[in-house]
Amino acid sequence: MSLTNKEVQHVARLARLAILPPEIAEATGTLGRVLDYINLLNELDTEHVLPTTHVVPLLTTWREDRVEPSLPPQVAVQNGPEVLSQMFVVPKILDGGAG
Amino acid sequence: MAIIDWDAYDTAQKVQSGEVSALECVDAALERIASWDSVIGAFLHVDAEGAREKARIMDSTMTREAKAALPLAGVPVAIKDNMVTTDMPTTAASQILKGFRSPYNATVVERLVRAGAILVGKTNLDEFAMGSSTEHSAYKVTRNPWDTERVPGGSSGGSAAAVAARMVPFALGSDTGGSIRLPASYCGVLGIKPTYGRVSRYGLIAYASSLDQIGPLTRSVRDAAKILHIIAGKDPRDATSIDASSVSSEVGPVQIQNVRIGLPEEYFGDGMDSRVRDKIDNVLEQLRSMGARLVPISLPHTRYAIATYYLIAPAEASSNLSRYDGVRYGQRVVGQDLVSMYESTRAKGFGHEVKHRILLGTHALSAGYYDAYYLKAQKVRTLIRQDFENAFKQVDLIVTPTVPDLPFKLGEREQDPLQMYLTDIFTVTTNLAGIPGLSQPIGLADGLPVGLQWMGPPLAEDLILSAAGRLESALTLPQWPMLGGLDR
Repeated sequence: MSLTNKEVQHVARLARLAILPPEIAEATGTLGRVLDYINLLNELDTEHVLPTTHVVPLLTTWREDRVEPSLPPQVAVQNGPEVLSQMFVVPKILDGGAG
Repeated sequence: MAIIDWDAYDTAQKVQSGEVSALECVDAALERIASWDSVIGAFLHVDAEGAREKARIMDSTMTREAKAALPLAGVPVAIKDNMVTTDMPTTAASQILKGFRSPYNATVVERLVRAGAILVGKTNLDEFAMGSSTEHSAYKVTRNPWDTERVPGGSSGGSAAAVAARMVPFALGSDTGGSIRLPASYCGVLGIKPTYGRVSRYGLIAYASSLDQIGPLTRSVRDAAKILHIIAGKDPRDATSIDASSVSSEVGPVQIQNVRIGLPEEYFGDGMDSRVRDKIDNVLEQLRSMGARLVPISLPHTRYAIATYYLIAPAEASSNLSRYDGVRYGQRVVGQDLVSMYESTRAKGFGHEVKHRILLGTHALSAGYYDAYYLKAQKVRTLIRQDFENAFKQVDLIVTPTVPDLPFKLGEREQDPLQMYLTDIFTVTTNLAGIPGLSQPIGLADGLPVGLQWMGPPLAEDLILSAAGRLESALTLPQWPMLGGLDR
């Protein structure tokens, strides 16, 4: 199997996803099988192949540095779960944050 | 024929000529939705009053000349619920976006509205477009109109089912690995995934940004051309949109004898349902009798496409979905500190399949695995692209089945994600290569629709549509499409 419970737990922490022990076991099994399948790619020698990051050749897109019409701040924050004076309110991050 | 039987082309023409009002067209769509959507489940949201109001305004304030300038005058449309709209909620079929109301419209929505289309509702999908059956929606199940015990395909299953069931003449979907073409095939409608960059992704909720494209689901080839013409084009708000001459709004004529059509051996091997194979063989014979030159070709890296896709797409998704953290929009689960708020919000808001893909993608990008997984997949992506580049030196277009099988039963593949993933085996390759692909209905097998896929080089949409149009006029389809076993 290409994956362990410990790795899933580690990845869940990286992804900021709370995960319960039964979910860890289930994800380890399912994703392990997917990774086993994905190992098919190792049949191919790709040492001298360049990676594709984008299918169309893209140059950096430039535009004038000019103010364009945009959303008013009160509209831009209207979906916030908790908003105060056009700012998003979050739990405090300095003291006791598990970071 | 009743109003609901018309395609977008006829509907617009009759509204422009004054034969029917926009309100009559919208009412016909809404009545159809009211009678059948409790069975089909195509819609997550219907805005009947808003749609009627827009139709009334069009009817009462616009002159015949003004309507004539609108290519989609009075045409009802449904939009997959992963494209943002100001007039209706947008959820991406996820709990995490419950209650979200976008302060702006997606570019495609703006373009359709400017062309005179009237938005009647938002359609169901697999959560964040991650799935092949529309069973991964957090809200409801969508059923295939041809057999309501079967899936409509996914992830644009709501859009495909709504068009097949004649609730709307056309709808928009999005396609990351087959999400327009697979449900189009399973529901017996047309669906086109344009060349990457053809259509602006501004306002499309991102799944895998290097693969996602928006496209129409329709009941006629001429509608596919007309709508693609309207939604395609460079958009300053999407830096990856390309500045190419547009898709023609009309299906051009084509000398099919001059078109070399490639048949990749890898798409015609074992594992294809014999009923699908028979249908495809018949159509190939028909193309041959019309004078098309059918050329055997090889796309040798096809068998690696699903593995490549399931590294690249989840990797990009894990990055794109990091924005759902309970801070700026969507649901929030209060935690004792910021990190526990993030973790609990995401644990509660995302469904099972989405969590799995985030975990898979994060793993593929994490320290120690990046080279073995993500970089490896990007390199194989190059090989898959080169397969197509080589093939298009020999042939003008490629034809394959869209899906190797017929629509499967609800629940049949839910327990086995790998089997579900393999449903997309013939469609993911075009996303990885960035080329256009169209699924065209070619008839029924055991009462279920079969789709034929056309693929072409980048920006070859016009040729694909012309060839599909030529085939469409030669096919004797059953009254197409009809609502499967359901009564009218």
